[in-house]
Amino acid sequence: MLQLSPEEWTAVALSIRVAGWATLLSLPLGIATALLLARRRFWGRELLNGLVHLPLILPPVVTGYMLLLLFGRRGPIGSLLEETFGIVLAFRWTGAVLACAIMAFPLMVRAIRLAVEAVDPKLEQAAGTLGANRLWTFATITLPLILPGVIAGAILAFAKAMGEFGATITFVSSIPGETQTIPSAIYALIQVPGGESGALRLTAVSIAVAMAALLASEAVARLVARRIADR
Amino acid sequence: MSIDVAINHRLGGFTIDATFRSGAGLTALFGRSGAGKTTVVNAVAGLLRPEQGRVTVDGQVLLDTQRGIVVPPHRRRIGYVFQEGRLFPHLSVRQNLGFGRWFQRHQHRFGSFADTVELLGIGHLLERRPGSLSGGEKQRVAIGRALLASPRLLLMDEPLASLDEARKAEILPYIERLRDAFGLPILYVSHSVPEIARLATTVVVLADGRVERCGPPAALMADPDLFPLMGRHEGGALLAARILAHDPIDELTELEVTGGRLWVPLVEAPIGTQLRVRIRARDVILAAAPPVGLSALNCLPATVVEIGALDQPIVDVKLVSGDDFILARITRRSLRVLALEPGRPVHAVLKSIAVGRRDIGRDEHLAEGGSGKD
Repeated sequence: MLQLSPEEWTAVALSIRVAGWATLLSLPLGIATALLLARRRFWGRELLNGLVHLPLILPPVVTGYMLLLLFGRRGPIGSLLEETFGIVLAFRWTGAVLACAIMAFPLMVRAIRLAVEAVDPKLEQAAGTLGANRLWTFATITLPLILPGVIAGAILAFAKAMGEFGATITFVSSIPGETQTIPSAIYALIQVPGGESGALRLTAVSIAVAMAALLASEAVARLVARRIADR
Repeated sequence: MSIDVAINHRLGGFTIDATFRSGAGLTALFGRSGAGKTTVVNAVAGLLRPEQGRVTVDGQVLLDTQRGIVVPPHRRRIGYVFQEGRLFPHLSVRQNLGFGRWFQRHQHRFGSFADTVELLGIGHLLERRPGSLSGGEKQRVAIGRALLASPRLLLMDEPLASLDEARKAEILPYIERLRDAFGLPILYVSHSVPEIARLATTVVVLADGRVERCGPPAALMADPDLFPLMGRHEGGALLAARILAHDPIDELTELEVTGGRLWVPLVEAPIGTQLRVRIRARDVILAAAPPVGLSALNCLPATVVEIGALDQPIVDVKLVSGDDFILARITRRSLRVLALEPGRPVHAVLKSIAVGRRDIGRDEHLAEGGSGKD
């Protein structure tokens, strides 16, 4: 009963791979976006903010369909990617990475942005008077100070990516071994007679992963916060 | 060594139009809060870009809006000690101190890490984090951090404002040592007359964004026109003095000033040390004849040179004693009873205890008459 079947293991492993890549690849962009939104006043700032948050509010199936339109093999970006780099996203696990990254992006940016807003820009000014240029100031002052937020954002994004369903299944379908992540597998299992026990096992895995991610995020954030605490 | 500053900048409805030149030693930017002092130092540091301005330090142009030159802060080599310290909370004291060294080319370095730590007395704090330090300790670490970046000019924006009297007294000697031992030019923002009287080589008086006066502190302190700015209680004269003798039994120190000798509460410094002593106008009593049977220990012969405005019940009288000016604040009635007028000899009487510890500072330069008047 508790033993996962090989197919179920495949779905779990794929989910972790997809969520891991989605988190890793979107992290630099997430940090940059959070810095931009928290620190800079520029034309179109509200627009960018809205765009980042859109996947949180839109029905996931709409996001997935838009991805299909844009990144499908006949879509404007999809065809360009295929012609110039030979990269195909539609119906591939790499497409699942893209869908998960976009769906998890708002959560990541929100967590990091809160951390950036808590950093006193006066400390960065002080670093400047000590001879540090912007890049060094970011590396030695800003980044260490926002690290708890970055870690929390990454773990949150990872958990969200693990559970992403609507956009993924719309964009890359549910191909076992290629794009069938845990949620798609659960959905497939409950469609067939006798699949309930498999669905239940994967559900347990989902809950465990989500819970572990939340606890880890809290614990790491607390640890880092204590290290840099004002004591 | 010279600092040239000319800044024109609008902040809301407030315009700052400040031009001054200063030299070595400690230049105090003095004025009430809101006079534009911090704006000026921020423009010198490069943290604020004024609409129009020119800043040169030692002949090197750091800012010239006309020629489109704006050197970014990290390339100016100007140290900045902020009012609130601004230590990096995630780094230890040692890492905070070493931060600026990272970015400095070796040829610019002066003062070793060990010497600076020793000078500021922070050796026991090195492994701690800023959050666990007291206000005075934080400020000393902030000074050390700025020093170790080997700046060509040090800015200090009210570095003592957030500290109580005891902590201030703890840090003042360190700032005197920076000025005298390191020979580092300092631009020091303050609205505190005692601090400026004790530390400044040159004073730039700012009011409503404009430079009202610029000159050596002894001359400015003795200027009754500036009394409203300094506050009625704090105005007074600044005298250069030298320690003549100590009296350990009565715990007094005898000082030599150009006009005579003064007994003040014991000063812990060797005989011969040059000092500056601030004498508040309201602590000075005038006598027409040498007084007898008084508890006050000090009596300096002086001559009246100027009498202030008579429209108030209290009148400021400017005296000359030796080469120094002394100010006395007396009632209009006393002025009339003593029949004081310019040229008239008097005796300036001063209680020893009126000179507090914070009114006495070490000084190698004041005796030479200050510098950098412009």
